Amino acid sequence: MLKQFFERLSWVDVFLRLFQILIIAAIIIGIFNTIKADSYSSEQWATLVFAGLAQGSIYALIALGYTLVYGILLMINFAHGEVYMGGAFTAVFLAQYLANTGFLERHPVLAIIALILLAAGVSTGIALLLERVAYRPLRGAPRLVPLITAIGASFALQYTFRGLYGAEFRSYPEIPSLRVNVNVFGFQVPLVQLVVLFAAITLMLALYLWVERTKMGKAMRAVSEDKDVARLMGIDIDKVIVSTFAVGGALAGAAGVFNGLFRPQGVYFFMGFFPGLKAFTAAVLGGIGNVPGAMLGGLFLGVIESLGPNLIVEGLGIPAANQLKDAFAFTMLVLILIIRPQGIFGERLAEKKA
Amino acid sequence: MNNSKSLDWRVIARFGLLGGIIAFYFSAIGMVETFGQRNLVSTWLSLGHVLLVMGSVGAGYLTARELKEKNTLTTIGSSLLAGLVSSVFMVLLIVFVQLLVIRTAGEEAAFVWRDMFVSMSPQLVAFLTFGAGPVTGTLIMVAFLTLMGGAGSLFVLLPTKLWQALLSSIIWTLGIGLFSENVGQIIQETFSRDIVKALFSNKSLNPLPAALIFIITFAVGYFRTHEKAKSGWVNLPQTAQKQGRIVGIVLGIAVLLYLPFIVGSFLSQALFMIGLYVMMGLGLNIVVGYAGLLDLGYVAFFAFGAYVMGILTSTGPLGVSNLNFWTALPIATLAGIIWGVVLGFPVLRMRGDYLAIVTLGFGEIIRIMATSNWLAPFEGGPQGVLHIPNPEFFGFIMNTPQSMYYLVIAGSLLAAFVTIRLRDSRLGRQWMAMREDEDVAEAMGINLVQTKLLAFAIGAAFSAMSGAIFAARLGNIFPHSFNLLWSINALALIIVGGLGSIPGVIVGALILVGLPEILREFAEYRLLMYGLLLIIMMLVKPEGFIPEPTRKRELKAGIDDQIPGAGTFGELES
Repeated sequence: MLKQFFERLSWVDVFLRLFQILIIAAIIIGIFNTIKADSYSSEQWATLVFAGLAQGSIYALIALGYTLVYGILLMINFAHGEVYMGGAFTAVFLAQYLANTGFLERHPVLAIIALILLAAGVSTGIALLLERVAYRPLRGAPRLVPLITAIGASFALQYTFRGLYGAEFRSYPEIPSLRVNVNVFGFQVPLVQLVVLFAAITLMLALYLWVERTKMGKAMRAVSEDKDVARLMGIDIDKVIVSTFAVGGALAGAAGVFNGLFRPQGVYFFMGFFPGLKAFTAAVLGGIGNVPGAMLGGLFLGVIESLGPNLIVEGLGIPAANQLKDAFAFTMLVLILIIRPQGIFGERLAEKKA
Repeated sequence: MNNSKSLDWRVIARFGLLGGIIAFYFSAIGMVETFGQRNLVSTWLSLGHVLLVMGSVGAGYLTARELKEKNTLTTIGSSLLAGLVSSVFMVLLIVFVQLLVIRTAGEEAAFVWRDMFVSMSPQLVAFLTFGAGPVTGTLIMVAFLTLMGGAGSLFVLLPTKLWQALLSSIIWTLGIGLFSENVGQIIQETFSRDIVKALFSNKSLNPLPAALIFIITFAVGYFRTHEKAKSGWVNLPQTAQKQGRIVGIVLGIAVLLYLPFIVGSFLSQALFMIGLYVMMGLGLNIVVGYAGLLDLGYVAFFAFGAYVMGILTSTGPLGVSNLNFWTALPIATLAGIIWGVVLGFPVLRMRGDYLAIVTLGFGEIIRIMATSNWLAPFEGGPQGVLHIPNPEFFGFIMNTPQSMYYLVIAGSLLAAFVTIRLRDSRLGRQWMAMREDEDVAEAMGINLVQTKLLAFAIGAAFSAMSGAIFAARLGNIFPHSFNLLWSINALALIIVGGLGSIPGVIVGALILVGLPEILREFAEYRLLMYGLLLIIMMLVKPEGFIPEPTRKRELKAGIDDQIPGAGTFGELES
């Protein structure tokens, strides 16, 4: 028994296992130290958690686009971050107009809905164009080819919008009625974060129902199971793929508006790149191809990213932990792929390819 | 509909609208206006015009190609109509700018269109209307684009010999106009300044020389001297061909060595960058082209090499040893190898897309860590490493682009040599087997761990080496300069050139690094063109300009084997 075990053991696995243990130990030590040092109050932690949830819901919305497309085409739509950017960047002009006319102040809900519709429309348009021009002609090609096209499309879209709308940052106007804090479980939370969180969750639920209950959703699940059999059952694959891109694009556009609402930094042509990568991380976290997984993965990533620098990195005695925030998300990605490539919530990938 | 006299409106509308959208796109994002400031021939033909008419000429060409079995007059008429249709979008654009931007300029409004569409400026309209006022100008433009659509049909209707000669002479004339400064520089160094003055004024070709160049290149193209030379070459006996090839290589190297003397320091800098990228590209070619491991974080090794060189040789406060360049270079390369193994290790079990994203993540993690204050005591954080001395070669300080050019040429030749030797070795065949199918390769007894790590390590070595040379050339290095673009550039150039092909790397570097270096004035649109080029390349010629034979076969088979639309990306599921 034991001899067989040792014969089968590869030193790569041993090293990877050691690496995992090391990282998990570092995380535990970091958390332990931070809690022992007790340098933050529970209000501060709550602030971080809620900010993380709001940010995470945006990641989740974008991640759904990755996951839906991956589920069907088994390709990473590398340009999805730009789909998100296009919607957000276009809607900012409407937002400024609505703010100038005072409409935003008088009817904030209507205004936000109008913004979401515009952004979702533009993003959907970009996603469909992308599918038609860059992906559809390459469906039979080796998998490296569409990935490279996607990288090219990503740059082309970024600089198209730079040429169209300029290179400056544009800020979404603040909505006065959303600037108040609300009391949640005894903690003061900015209303805008809650609005973003609830709106995003509503959209996600709607998507979930769409995938589970409608005919198109059923067709989509069938296509992601087995394309050939789905075609034999009379499903129009092109139509399913197009609607997948459309839905993913619409969600990304909505995410762009939410991002504008609660992050004052403003939007610009390169804004889609990092959220795109992080949303991909979220999709992987949840198990790529898995719809509820992407939602939970997004929220999880948002919270981890928000808490991580203070909770873990600081506990390890590394100065200026917040500078490492972006690195944190990518480290998460690498770790997840090493430790659990099927994602935290996912099992499906293990069957397909691991 | 098959009546040869009747017009096929659907074809005309389809291609006309397509051409119109292209012209509209280039105008709306400001490319036409920016390029319009760059004259090619005298002051009446600019790069902007070329960009503007591309859509219409293309529309005319495609229409004519579709309808070529009809009679000549109908075809020309259809092409003219396609040109006319393509101008519709431009007319709309002019109307839009005229009514919403120019009319309302300076007014207080809740919504300022100019604020949103920053490129749709009065200057753009002035350019599009040839400065002839909105109404007459629009008519001129419509007529011009219609004619250009008709011109597109010439490429179908003229005899092959004629239109090929025409195309080549157009490309030569415009090309010389575009690279006027560089051509001028070379002529000035080899002949005299007077010729340059006669040829160019204010960066653009003078009309007379332009006409001369056009006629000469047309004549050369028509009489095809080079094709005869080629067929003569094929008829030569094997030994003579081999000798000829050796002479060719020697001549090529001689030209490479002599190049910096004639092109001046600006072009030498471009040559330096090309050489640097050739080196990086050859390294990445091993990882991606041979071993099939898609690495998007290649910059990590480049940055590592640059930092090792910086810290070892810097005379500033961060320098630890004040080694000279020649001692530090092998150390940096060795460090790159170790780093390649370290970063390669965690990704041993990953494939395809995941590998790409994780390596991309590595590149970003390393850049973010280098920028943070955490590591600042060792490598300067955001302030970077300063005062890295230039290399010294037997007392000669290599502080000019020309001298550094020789360094990267030496490095590239080394990289090319190593690549060629490895490609034909046992290891190279193992890499290619692994690229084709990891599982089968493993079953055939290939040690995947060792093979993969060797690919990462050797690729990283060349990246680190070029990073070290880059650091020594610049003198100061900052973490934010090691962004994702390096990885994307390196990847794009090996793909455009042809994955796995060594001449492909050089061609890719010339196109993707050389052209943007020379055309600095259009830096704004560099990445846009990159992106578009990558897409078009993948759609039209996924195997690259100079493909490796096996890969070309694979790509062809991959597409032909597919039932259209069905079982897409099928190989992934197996």
